[in-house]
Amino acid sequence: MSTITESAASPATPEPSNFEKLDMRADKARVTLGSRVASVVAIVIAVLWTIPTLGLFITSFRPEADIKKSGWWTWFTNFNTTIDNYVEVLTGSRFELSTFFVNSIVITLPAVIIPITLALLAAYAFAWIDFKGRNILFVAVFALQVVPIQVTLIPLLTQYVKWGLAGSFWTVWLSHSIFALPLAIFLLHNFMKEIPRELVEAARVDGAGHVKIFFQVLMPLLVPAIASFAIFQFLWVWNDLLVALTFAGGDQNVAPLTVRVAELAGTRGQAWYLLSAGAFVSMVVPVIVFLALQRYFVRGLLAGSVKG
Amino acid sequence: MKSTMKRHHVVAIASSVTLALSLAACGSDTPEKPEGSGTGTGTASGDCAAYESYGDLSGKTVTVYTSIVAPEDQPHIDSYKPFEECTGASIKYEGSKEFETQLQVRLKAGNAPDIAYIPQPGLLKTIVGQFPDSIVEASAGTSANVDKYYAASWKGYGTVDGKFYAAPLGANVKSFVWYSPSMFADNGYEIPKTYDELIALSDKIVADHGAEGIKPWCAGIGSGEATGWPATDWLEDLVLREAGIDVYNKWITNEVKFNDPQIAAALGKVGAILKNDKYVNGGIGDVKSIATTEFQDGGLPILDGNCFMHRQASFYAANWPEGTDVSEEGDVFAFYFPGMTADSRPVLGGGEFVAAFADRPEVAAFQAYLSSPEWANAKAKATPAGGWVSANSGLDPENLVSPIDKLSFSLLSDTSQDFGFDASDLMPGNVGAGSFWTEMTSWIAENKSDTQVLDAIQASWK
Repeated sequence: MSTITESAASPATPEPSNFEKLDMRADKARVTLGSRVASVVAIVIAVLWTIPTLGLFITSFRPEADIKKSGWWTWFTNFNTTIDNYVEVLTGSRFELSTFFVNSIVITLPAVIIPITLALLAAYAFAWIDFKGRNILFVAVFALQVVPIQVTLIPLLTQYVKWGLAGSFWTVWLSHSIFALPLAIFLLHNFMKEIPRELVEAARVDGAGHVKIFFQVLMPLLVPAIASFAIFQFLWVWNDLLVALTFAGGDQNVAPLTVRVAELAGTRGQAWYLLSAGAFVSMVVPVIVFLALQRYFVRGLLAGSVKG
Repeated sequence: MKSTMKRHHVVAIASSVTLALSLAACGSDTPEKPEGSGTGTGTASGDCAAYESYGDLSGKTVTVYTSIVAPEDQPHIDSYKPFEECTGASIKYEGSKEFETQLQVRLKAGNAPDIAYIPQPGLLKTIVGQFPDSIVEASAGTSANVDKYYAASWKGYGTVDGKFYAAPLGANVKSFVWYSPSMFADNGYEIPKTYDELIALSDKIVADHGAEGIKPWCAGIGSGEATGWPATDWLEDLVLREAGIDVYNKWITNEVKFNDPQIAAALGKVGAILKNDKYVNGGIGDVKSIATTEFQDGGLPILDGNCFMHRQASFYAANWPEGTDVSEEGDVFAFYFPGMTADSRPVLGGGEFVAAFADRPEVAAFQAYLSSPEWANAKAKATPAGGWVSANSGLDPENLVSPIDKLSFSLLSDTSQDFGFDASDLMPGNVGAGSFWTEMTSWIAENKSDTQVLDAIQASWK
């Protein structure tokens, strides 16, 4: 709208090309976003965004009666603090919380490693090996991303029961791998494609085979992409309740932490005051993983997004 | 640590049973199985005579799937011990709050548990309708136990299309009004014996304390997706009192319509309390706050002295914060929600049911055990904190620990009075767990009129 009126008002000035317009707008955006006002807005948003978490954090340290009767903000005028909620969360079950922690780790690590390993191999083939039907296959894999996992739950479970896998970790590992593969292949493929062809060709001229190229030329360059996908997958698997509940169930031999947290509130929800403490307990590991790997995360997020 | 020790214990017993059996088998060529199992297990836990009919089940496993999770699951697991010790079977317990969805997922995928505790007869009907090949009719032993120890109506709730599938397990009494005995004593209030006395008491509380902002009633009907169910219990209780058990039972099958004048009269009586700004919502807010208050928190203002009465089921005992003394002389207790006259005391209640999805002998035996007085007493003993009761007439009230459970049991076992099973649990799912809940919620939250609400629920009945 504004561009039309502008160009109508000043027909004398030469029309800037589309590219120049875009560039000007981008420049304007850069200046606006970099200004102090933008920083203030960003800080305000960040504070607003953090308030619920802060409330949750304060709630987790308040006594049961206070939680049930008043909001967390009243804590500032009435400093009742207790660690009972954490004690209850950590020791209240008939199984130790450590059982669920171990289960969560046992579930998460293979569910991250399996899809990344497979996706790396597949992505390499899609990017650097010429075979018939490669593009069709790639599009098919890519298209699989649109399948919602909910529709696969019952058929998959039926299949696992037939194979006699039900109730074991394999069901969860396989399911998470299946659900992760399309995105993993797509992401890693795009990243691999960005690596200059000359690099791979030079290696080939020097007599390197696919194995050598894969491990010695590509792998070192792929670390950010692998790390960022590993974080994605780790957080998804660690926080997952649906897949774990459907395939592993509430059996303490295989149930992860999320299943335990979901049941903290008790049969009739009478112990819901424990949920805030439970949330922080289950949050610890993902936060550590994110902080440890975050420098890859920002770099890796851009992986495959822009070709340049 | 505790759980591993327990597991070892069971394993040790199981293996000693097998050992004793194999020794007995080696010793004499004529296998004397009943005697062998009798001596092998007799040492483990006193009296196994009642368990002999189940036979020897060593090495067999039965899986149980329920909606009961920690901490209420431990008493259930403990209550299986006599069975495990006497028969050698081991019971694998699994509880999930997502039970109702997950059970259907597992049935569809062919991954059914051996035994499931079905919390509502309505769900049982759905499962029998959708998975007639998975569910197994109740074993002969179960059926015999239910005939012997339960009122005939309870068998009816576990029966679908003339076939008896599921035996009753636990029960709860919903016709309770929670109150603070000390607050009543301080004000010289008496526990009302009739409905009119209850209203007179409410008016007296308004007159005495209205100026201080203290109100006679507090309530909360919030419960996530199930918001509204406590309000349906109110209506059920009053239909049972106003119109009687016959109308009540016809109402469940929709022979008496929702917009029938008798149901409308009962709803009017509920409204006289729940939609009366003078009566509610003590310590919380106005009438509309009932809809936004979680049912778990609805009665808590009693503890602060902001509210005098809260109508909720016996299981509300678990909702009082830790350290609250729940007894006749304590901080809180409940009285029977009075009938129209002092002599009519109909009881509204609910319960869960045990269905089997495998016809192996150990599953049949375990299902029978769960309907036996041995189990009911073992469960009562395994529930030191109280909050559990059964309609099994073989249950010895002495084994019930908490005063509220004793009171519940005395109401349940009084066969001279009518018992109405929670109507919303028996109605078809789209009404009993659908429009009935949502319409009662808008009745309070949006101040929808009685007739509009009842017409809307009736319209949803197909």
